[in-house]
Amino acid sequence: MTNPVQVPTNVLIVGVGGQGVIMVSKVLATLCQNHGYAVKQSEVHGMAKRGGAVFSHVRFGPQVWSPTIPEGEADVLVALEWAEGLRWLSFLKPDTGTFIADCQRIVPPFACRNRGRGAEASYAPQTPEEIIQQVHAGYAMDATTMATNLGNLRAANTVLLGALSTALDFAVDDWLATIPQFVPPASIDINLAAFAAGREWALAGEKRVDANAEGPHVSYTEIRHAQVDTVVEIVEERCKGCDICVKLCPERCLRLNDSLVAELVLPDLCTGCHMCEWLCPDFAISVTNTPVPEPA
Amino acid sequence: MNLAAARKPTETAARTNRPLTGNEAIARGVWEAGVKVAAAYPGTPSTEIMEEVGRYPAEDLHAQWSTNEKTSVDVAIGASFAGVRSFASMKHVGLNVASDALMSFSYIGVNAGLVLVVCDDPGIHSSQNEQDTRLFARFAQVPCLDPADGQEALDYTRMAYEISEKFDTPVIVRSTTRLSHTRSVVHVGERQVVPDRSFIESPAKNVIIPAHARQRHPIVIERAEAMAEWLETSSLNRVDEGEGDVGIITCGITYTYVKEVLPGAPVLKLGATFPLPERLIGDFCAAHDRVLVIEESEPVVENALKIMGLQVEGKEWFSRLGEFSPETLRDGLAKAGVLQPKAAGSTFQSAPMVRPPVLCAGCPHTSCFMTLRALDARVTGDIGCYTLAVVEPLSSVDTCVAMGSSIANAVGIAMAGTETKPIVATIGDSTFLHSGIPPLIDAVYNKADITVFLLDNHITAMTGGQDHPGTGKTLRGEDTVQVDFVELVKALGVEHVTMADSYDMAVLQQQLREAIEFRGVSVVISDRPCVLDPVKIKGPALTVDQDKCVACQSCMNLGCPALTWSDEWFEGRHKVQIDQTSCIGCSLCAQLCTSDSIRPLETPVAGE
Repeated sequence: MTNPVQVPTNVLIVGVGGQGVIMVSKVLATLCQNHGYAVKQSEVHGMAKRGGAVFSHVRFGPQVWSPTIPEGEADVLVALEWAEGLRWLSFLKPDTGTFIADCQRIVPPFACRNRGRGAEASYAPQTPEEIIQQVHAGYAMDATTMATNLGNLRAANTVLLGALSTALDFAVDDWLATIPQFVPPASIDINLAAFAAGREWALAGEKRVDANAEGPHVSYTEIRHAQVDTVVEIVEERCKGCDICVKLCPERCLRLNDSLVAELVLPDLCTGCHMCEWLCPDFAISVTNTPVPEPA
Repeated sequence: MNLAAARKPTETAARTNRPLTGNEAIARGVWEAGVKVAAAYPGTPSTEIMEEVGRYPAEDLHAQWSTNEKTSVDVAIGASFAGVRSFASMKHVGLNVASDALMSFSYIGVNAGLVLVVCDDPGIHSSQNEQDTRLFARFAQVPCLDPADGQEALDYTRMAYEISEKFDTPVIVRSTTRLSHTRSVVHVGERQVVPDRSFIESPAKNVIIPAHARQRHPIVIERAEAMAEWLETSSLNRVDEGEGDVGIITCGITYTYVKEVLPGAPVLKLGATFPLPERLIGDFCAAHDRVLVIEESEPVVENALKIMGLQVEGKEWFSRLGEFSPETLRDGLAKAGVLQPKAAGSTFQSAPMVRPPVLCAGCPHTSCFMTLRALDARVTGDIGCYTLAVVEPLSSVDTCVAMGSSIANAVGIAMAGTETKPIVATIGDSTFLHSGIPPLIDAVYNKADITVFLLDNHITAMTGGQDHPGTGKTLRGEDTVQVDFVELVKALGVEHVTMADSYDMAVLQQQLREAIEFRGVSVVISDRPCVLDPVKIKGPALTVDQDKCVACQSCMNLGCPALTWSDEWFEGRHKVQIDQTSCIGCSLCAQLCTSDSIRPLETPVAGE
């Protein structure tokens, strides 16, 4: 860790809206201020509340100019969500930086858009082991489960704060005195326990990956043969052109043709979901999915 | 002056040093300056200024949400006429709305001091453009102060009132997103006692008819010259002595990046970017072989210096686009040959994913836009959370221009006569009150065949939940008269008005269908509150029966952040699961479910 007497120490805290990124940075900033350091804490609010990515830069030292941490100069990167940590990895000091992350994933609906058979969520593909071995010091913790076991999963950010405390030169008692100012009175005890648990976990080694840390899911195509032949049959005589299937097809692959009969115009997009078949008031549509035999 | 040394905490000063964001520091400056009337319309990144002003005692000052930025500036102007210091804050695009009042008031000048804080958004974190307020200040011929950190945000705000009264002018203090939202230790002072003045009956100054305006215009120009002269020696500008042949001229938050990247360079920091002190700048340029102007956004200072005939460089090295950072400065300085290019960056291998902002779990806007998509309407959008419906999976917003644009855009599309789809304007409650009412009158008056979908979620949601005239609460939380939207639109002449429940998709769709079929202007008002503000709504969560789910992905078309894929499969696609902590039980996914597999987690016991 950089000696804060010379140049600012940089801590970047990242996560998803609602996880408590700001609480972590407020605890740290207050602690630094109480030690007489100049501190700048910078975050951008606005869209963050809507489940988007959230980040907070905390810089402290005898003098701090830029409110943001230059790329490649973060002493510590604390990620409350795994993929958010990876997004900011280039901000970590390559040779001396410490990476602390909750290995729990929050997979947004945006990552679940591929409706092809066998498709996986487009989530960061690397395993925690692959990431941790790249950094100088790294902790892939299951902070959410640790906090849940202590009685409140919302204290996961405090578990990470405990790990952060091992990377900075402040006395444990100072951390413990600061945390209660930023958590609801009813959850002070749980948060102090969460801090202790995170600290203890991180003290057990410079590169650790929780045993529960998930790798990528085993994809459907790896466990089962996923080739299916989908046929959509539309009986022209029954279709009265009501447009229901066209409007409600999730993939928008149906159209009304010139004679106002529904037609599958984008067969490549059709996932064989049966929606049109179920919604058709005139039983004009049938969808059949036939597994294609595995090649010998 | 050494900023860091000045704020080094000492034993005695500890209580007067507080960690404040730029916005909080500005609010403190407003209070300390003895302001008695303050008004604003919320807008990121300026919103917290007025929220914070409203936390100072009501005996000290009146603070209010106004219906829009122009109204807020007119309120402040009225208070200035009446002889008390006044204040208005807004985001950069808010100044466009307020500019009509500002342009005239620049000619009129103040009785008691009037300051506008305008927050720019370089990088477009949460706006529709990245316009530079310094250009507006120059246009209006009003001084523009550009603080670099929280301490200056407070000090400059106080000083702006002195300048306003000394030179008989409104003053703009310009912040940016980064400054507004950075917290640092600020040395705070006490509230200044400013004696009230009384109204000055001076029609030649205060009534801006053509004859008077022609008298006032030369005064405006002389005023700028007098201010420029005063700025030659003002403490607002500062020269940091340094080594080297390259001098840097900078302003605002960019100064902190300059000090980060070039700690030893000679720097002229301009505290005001309009007007400019020519001799001070000329002397600085003469003392250095080469001068770089480093300013975020537009080349405002650079161009002015070039007109002065000074040899300076600037935008050939530093972009007009986006937000600056130490990296962008380092890159620009390397291109200019002032710094060595930085060695190759990080070698970490990782592939993150996109995480765009989304409508909240249970957001009542979700079903509104899903229905519009199903109806295949031509949808003009407006400014608010609901603009997020432009992206997959809702993909149902065709246009979004500016606050209040949706309705008149729809009128224009209808009048063009080329559109075959039904035309629907979507507008939130706060935006409707801000600038949606005149265009609705326009639509009725001109007999446009459009449907207006008023998305009333009972709050200004996008900016974090501020009250407005439709909520029945003031900024300070007092009860007040509440706008009745149904009666309002009826009074404007709308004949087809329906209240809709956006948690009932089938009925909502039928109501919209009927409104669209109505010839003329129809209004549908959805009436579910925002799930976050003023109270966070959390009902019993729903759950997906994994045995029944057929992975049809119908519910996933909502884009609800509580819905994600489970580890189970059906015919090659992931089944869906619901995150219990974020689900609020709105039941929209259950209404869409094709296999009836979404049910409440716990069946409520009757009578409870």
